This record gives sequence, C-alpha cells and structure tokens, in this order.
Amino acid sequence: MFSGFMANAWAAGTIVAVVAGVVGFFVVLRGSAFPAHAIPNGAFAGAAGASLLGINGLVGLGVFSGLAALGIGSLGRRSRHDVVTALALVMMLALGAAFLSHSTEYEPQVYSLLFGEILGVSSTELVPVAAIGLGCIAAVLALYRPLLLSTVVPEVAEARGVRNHRMEMAFLFVLAAATTMTVPVVGALLIFSLMIGPPAAARCFTDRPTVALALSVGAALVTVWASIASAYASNWPVGFFVGTFGALSYALGRAFVAWERRRSVTAS
Amino acid sequence: MHWIVEPGFFSSPPVRVALVIGAVVAVVSAVVGVFTVMRSQSFAGHTLTDVSTAGGAGAVLVGISPLFGFVGSGLVGAGAMDVIGVQRARGRDLATGIVLGAATGLAALFLYLDTTTRATTGVTQQILFGSIFTVDSSLIPVVVVFGALSVAIILAVYRPLLLSSISADMAVARGVALRPVGLLFMAALAVSVGLAALVVGSILSTALLIGPAATALRMAARVGWAMVVAGALGVGATWLGILLSYDSFYWDASHQGLPVSFFIVAVVVVLYLLSGLPRLRSGRAGDRVR
Repeated sequence: MFSGFMANAWAAGTIVAVVAGVVGFFVVLRGSAFPAHAIPNGAFAGAAGASLLGINGLVGLGVFSGLAALGIGSLGRRSRHDVVTALALVMMLALGAAFLSHSTEYEPQVYSLLFGEILGVSSTELVPVAAIGLGCIAAVLALYRPLLLSTVVPEVAEARGVRNHRMEMAFLFVLAAATTMTVPVVGALLIFSLMIGPPAAARCFTDRPTVALALSVGAALVTVWASIASAYASNWPVGFFVGTFGALSYALGRAFVAWERRRSVTAS
Repeated sequence: MHWIVEPGFFSSPPVRVALVIGAVVAVVSAVVGVFTVMRSQSFAGHTLTDVSTAGGAGAVLVGISPLFGFVGSGLVGAGAMDVIGVQRARGRDLATGIVLGAATGLAALFLYLDTTTRATTGVTQQILFGSIFTVDSSLIPVVVVFGALSVAIILAVYRPLLLSSISADMAVARGVALRPVGLLFMAALAVSVGLAALVVGSILSTALLIGPAATALRMAARVGWAMVVAGALGVGATWLGILLSYDSFYWDASHQGLPVSFFIVAVVVVLYLLSGLPRLRSGRAGDRVR
C-alpha cells in the first residue's frame, strides 16, 4: 500500500491537502465557495484545449484558471458577483465542450480530469505540483494579515490602507494557482470538496484564526489520507471518498457545535 | 435564404425537437431565473445542476428513468441545503458548497460504476454535457408538465416571494413566512434545473437560468417584465445557438461542426456583456450595482 506507485499518490495527496487546507480556510471565511468551484471547472477547459493543441496540460490549466480569476475579479466588481461567476463558469465549460468535440481525447481522460487520478501520479508530475503548492502557501502567508483583515472586517481594512479589491484579485489568483497544480492530481470537481469540507469543519471547533488554519490543514490531511487508503482498499474512485469524507467532517463539526451549545445551556 | 439557414434545417426531426424543447426549457428557466438572480442564489442554481447530474448517473446505474433521478435528487439536494442553512445569506454559500462537494463525490462514484459495470460508452460525456439534438421527442410532454409545475409554484407564491426577495425584513413585517416561501422557491428551482440538466445538459442549464435573467433585470424595471424579457432572450439565444450549431457543420470541409451548447452559451454571455455597456458609458457604473 505504501510501495511503488502508491508512494507518489501519498506524496501528491499530502501536498494537495496542505494547499487545500490553507487556501480553503480563506475560501470558507470569505464566502468564495462559488469562485472556488468555478475556477477549477473552467480550468478543465484549458486542459482540453491544451491537449487539442498538443501543448503541456499545465500551461492550459494555468492560462484558463488565470483568465477565470481575472474575469470574475474584474467583472464582479461592477455587477452581481454570483451572476458573473456563473456566467464565467458556463462560458469556460462551453469552450471545453467545443475543444472536446474536436479532440481525439476519449472518455476515461475526461473523467480523470474532472474526478482525478491520484493513483496514477508519476514522479515527474510531482515536481511542478510541489513547486506551485509551495508558491501558493508562501503567497497566503505573505498576505496573511491584510487578507484576514479585508476578509473579516473590510471597512476597517480599507481604513488601514488595505485595498480590498486588490486583495480579492490576489486571492483569486492564489486560487487559480492552487487549481492549476491540483486539477491533474485530484480533478476539477474534488479539489473543491477538499477546499470546503475540512476548513468549514475546522471553523466549528475554534474562533481563533491561526488555530482554525492549522485545524483546517489537519482535517484536509486526514480526509485525503483516509480517502487514498479507502480507494486503495475498495478500488472505488478516490473522488467519491474525498467528497464523502469532506462532507462528513463538516457534519462532525456541526455536531460538535450543537453538543457544545447544549452543554453550555445545561451548565448555566 | 440558404446563406443564413443551411439546407434541411427545418425538415430535420432532431432540429424540430430541439427547437421546441429548447424553447420550453428557456422559458421555464427565465421565470425561475429572475428570482434566482434577485435572491443571489446563482450558486444554488448551479449546484442543483450537479446534484441532478449525480442523480441522473445513479438512475442509469439502478436502471430507472433518468428523469426521476434528475428531478428527485434535485429536490433532495434543495432540502439538504435548507437543513444546513440556505435561508441565511451568511451560511448560504457554505451550505451550498457542502452539498455540492458531497454531490460531486457521488457523481464520481456513480459515473465510475456506470462505465465499469454497464459498459455504456459515452455516458460520462452524455450526462455531463448533454445534447439538445439527442433528446427523444417522447420527452416533450414530460418536459412541458414538469416545467408548468415549476412555473405554477413560482406564480402561486409570487407576491410573498417577490417581497422576501427584495427585503426580508419588510416581508417579515408583512407577515410572510420566509422559510416556507424560500423552500417552495428551492423546490421550483430544483424541478426546473433538474429538467433542464436532463434535456440540455448541465452547462446549458446554468447558462439559461442565470444569463437571460441577469440581462433582463438590467433592462426591465419591473420584475414581471423582466421575466417576459428573459424568456424572449432565452428562447432567442437557444434558437440562434441551434441554428449556428447546425450551420457550423458546413463551415469547414471536415464537417466537424461545433457543439450546440457552445453557441447557446456564447450568445447568452455576449447578451449579458452588451447589456452592461450603457451603464459603463453613462459613468454611473459604481453607484448602481446590480
């Protein structure tokens, strides 16, 4: 279970989980779940386009997720945010459908781009994943204080000289970078589950941001490790387990909140 | 004439079915979509598409009609979002996200089992992207009935829904029970989205739900008018997209053509972007955020 090709799966899964835990913490805090869903999904079109042109898939993923971030960030400033996100998402998916109709890509590859193929990660794929992952974490840590301020109390942040719109753009680009590295490993749809479930669960246990951030990474790691182990044991797709365990971890968090509330009521 | 419409367009049975079913879906999506945009529930609308997709894949697996899979799972998903907390604007994003994450996980499993156990090639692409040209004409009555059901729910709660969409506080003051109204709206949304995802695919379902409605709300001052305009825009975009897709078959010698969903989405997005131009020019872009 830990030998040969599985070693790569564990390494890739661990990197993805750490990045998803860090970036996802801010996704949940900012209420950016829709962009976090739209950017990876749109990036999928980039991968389809890259395979049509015969260039490296990572380039296609990077270009399209960057374009999605730019479109959502700049158009969302003037109009309804969720409308712009929805339309950016469908436009990119439609482009993806157009690319697919012209490419020779066959079905299993479409499936693996959407739902991931973590058990088939090669050592050469691991290097760019690790590099971009480190970049994402470094960017979030560098922006940590202003980003947190503009997320939690935007008015105060503006008064302190933080440009909220710039923070939004910067965050969307971090999201795009995280997407680029994770889509080939866990797929467009499942990086989303990983960025929502564990961080949302972490927020249920504590109000302190740094503790919640650490918990979020921990929960994401447990989710990914448990998913890989279950996928290995059952032969079912890893995406199913990531989605289910992500939702379960949130249910656990909500149960904890309910239990604590009841305890504080009976104690007082 | 054949410069615009390539030969055989109107005499082709798949095209006729596509024109009819596309128009029905566009009108139903427009009516529901206006409220979806006003209530800022585009994310929920899109999520229900993916939930329906998982249901559709599950229905293929157990061998029941995909229709029940699509619509049934949409209703379950809407209920789950309500339980987690879709009624509060703050928790809405998260509730939707959790449901979406779980649904995509299930979709991954069902599609995997579909392809491995039943050897139905093309099922992944068929369920995810759909095609309006492959709709069976026997589905038309079903689509009309479910579409009418969805519109009927909206019309039945029109006044309280409108009030609660504009100002929740005012609605409460007037004695509107927010949660039942919100739940009924989610049910109408689930039926309309599930239906659209089944016949035109998940991409077009979201595009027709959000695009024409958002465009119309920028153009019309009254909500009722916005629904009419959105319906007209949706039907127009669908028909234009079908025509362009049909014509694209003749554009190059290789006769590959481009998918109809690509053209319809392109028309919808272009209309939305164009509707933003007048406000940009008038220089009041910042102060009237819609």
